[in-house]
Amino acid sequence: MAIVIFIIFVVFVIGLSLYLGSKAKTSSGYYAAGGQIHWGVNGIAFAGDYLSAASFLGICGMIATVGYDGFLYSIGYLAGWIVALFVVAEPLKRLGKYTFTDAVDANYNSRGIKLTAAISTLVVSICYLIPQMVGAGVLVEPLLGIPHAWGVLMVGAIVITIVATAGMASTTYVQFLKGALLIVFSTVLVGAVVMRGLSTQPDQNGEVEFYEYSHLAAVNNGEQIEVSEAGWEVLEQAEVKSGLLFVKLSHEGKETWWYASETEGILTLKETQSVVTKGTDKWINGAPASAENQLRQVGNLEQIRGERDIETGRLSIFEFLSTITDKDTVVQTWKTASFVDDAGEKVTIYYAQNVSGDRIMRPGLKFKVEGTWLERLDFLSLMLALFLGTAALPHILIRYYTVPTPASARKSTIVAIAAIGFFYILTLFMGLGAMVNGVINPADSNMAAPLLARSFGELLFAVISAIAFATVLGTVSGLIVAASGAVAHDLMDRYLNVKMDDRQKVRAGKISAFVIGGIAILLGILFKGMNVTFLVGLAFAVAASANLPSILMLLFWKKTTARGIAASIAVGIVASLGLIALSPELYTLYGMNPLDAPVPLNNPGVVSIPLSFITLVVVSLLTQKNVKA
Amino acid sequence: MLHKPATPAEKDPAGPYKMRLGIWMFVFYSLFYASFVAINLLSPLTMATIVFGGLNLATVYGFALIIVALIEALIYDAMCRKKEAEFAKADKQKKGKSKSKVGKA
Repeated sequence: MAIVIFIIFVVFVIGLSLYLGSKAKTSSGYYAAGGQIHWGVNGIAFAGDYLSAASFLGICGMIATVGYDGFLYSIGYLAGWIVALFVVAEPLKRLGKYTFTDAVDANYNSRGIKLTAAISTLVVSICYLIPQMVGAGVLVEPLLGIPHAWGVLMVGAIVITIVATAGMASTTYVQFLKGALLIVFSTVLVGAVVMRGLSTQPDQNGEVEFYEYSHLAAVNNGEQIEVSEAGWEVLEQAEVKSGLLFVKLSHEGKETWWYASETEGILTLKETQSVVTKGTDKWINGAPASAENQLRQVGNLEQIRGERDIETGRLSIFEFLSTITDKDTVVQTWKTASFVDDAGEKVTIYYAQNVSGDRIMRPGLKFKVEGTWLERLDFLSLMLALFLGTAALPHILIRYYTVPTPASARKSTIVAIAAIGFFYILTLFMGLGAMVNGVINPADSNMAAPLLARSFGELLFAVISAIAFATVLGTVSGLIVAASGAVAHDLMDRYLNVKMDDRQKVRAGKISAFVIGGIAILLGILFKGMNVTFLVGLAFAVAASANLPSILMLLFWKKTTARGIAASIAVGIVASLGLIALSPELYTLYGMNPLDAPVPLNNPGVVSIPLSFITLVVVSLLTQKNVKA
Repeated sequence: MLHKPATPAEKDPAGPYKMRLGIWMFVFYSLFYASFVAINLLSPLTMATIVFGGLNLATVYGFALIIVALIEALIYDAMCRKKEAEFAKADKQKKGKSKSKVGKA
């Protein structure tokens, strides 16, 4: 059923693109949908553009695994729209034509601005494209049963078709459709979650039997751990860098890994899930991987308000949240550790940890707000980038050119805030719903929301998956329009002054869309496995550092010069990308020790945004003579 | 030659008013947002305080940040529209007067 709904959606979208493509023959039609989109449609299309794979898949996945910290992204992403509405929307609509570069260059006609702003648009769009394509692969894998790389390739091909046929017109209607469907069906899913209520033994409406993980009493004789119960033999012990101890046990011929946990002097071995790579084969939980032997879905409440073996039945939305927030509610969350065992085989362990509800429902599980000053600075940096990043995203900014007047730009932003804000409230319920309903894939949190939908039946899963897929299509289309505009309009037409008539300009845009789509496909395959929200957070940091200082200062500081803007954009790009490349999270991606990373922050905004502002002010002051001349 | 907007915008006499209003509303929301970040950084345990109905400060403040954004947006739009209507009315009256003067002449 999922496949049928998916195919219907794709055929409809491509048909719509071909129909609109027959109408979009001019560059105004291709890049700005002729500037005639209704503000209501544009507002929902804004939501469709903005509520990307990061919002739907990534945030829900992050809330499902680390609780409230994932919701911080929802708050930050929404708050950013305030900057867009109050500061940027109307002035930008007055200044620009097709692209972000048009707006910042409107009063200067500077080659420096054209070049740096076009590069910035490309860099931000590609940073944003990576998580969307990763999300596409993650989604298509279980939906259609094809490998990640083929999923990314397929999404890339469909999106290139959408963009290359009708540009902004088809992109707008795909985003409108997807934005509306996403909000409606997420509401349905949240309704189903609170109607089901909470249980300490979730079984997906009787479809998947609840699995109780075993505990074994053990003693540590100083050199080796011994299991008290007969029939269990300790084969190996592995202590990972963070001090965690795992024990390999043999029982009735089956070898499994257990997590050694000591509380008040009592040692307990807790059953884990494990993936061991033996040459080209994968062993899961002590047996070869197969269609029947996969990692079990996880996530449940151990206690509800201090009681075990209990079901609440139907709850109101407030009761749902307050029950999880209770200090006597205990949530079983899952963490990951990897190491190489004595036989040289790579072992990945998924082990359970109990966390109280009041801990889950406040910040701190992912972002160390109670940690060192550097860890707190990292949190501040993220919140700053999320707040300032939205109004600097090129694919969002170009949507202001699709409406006829500045007042329409303002109204469409308000519709967007209403739609996006409502959706972000829903993410908390969907994420927590996944956390307690035993639906999380411990190896990949990105699928939490669609898997939550599957626990209510195949129909909801099929619809939610098709919408999640549309989510990727809508956002990627917008990004490719923005990036192809940067290449064909900003660089070729305006910076290099390549002589083209209107038809040739549209053709250049379409060829650029092909090339950028190809790059996005490659990057989507390379970055497989990273949390998509984290990657989008980085794109926001680059946008806030490279673009926002120039937009704000252009509007509010009369001494701003062309060289000041160009220098600020260049410094913003280099500083933010450089800091990200040398950060602990990227060191982990390189396969290196994150503690060796020369930059201790994962989020660069707190350094790169002020640096970009300072550069603009200093260079503008130094180049004032040029303005007078 | 400068690169002109795709759809030329008419002169907006309410522009300076809207810009001032936008900046004040932006400053208000920024302070509200900054307070949220500051509480998290300076006193993270305060976020666990139950505020009402079993919901803690983290949840209530988070929802408030989303809802206040929408309320501010609606107020901003209403005030902008009011000002735009005032200017449009004044403009109409001005045109009417000059028309009648021409008529008398």
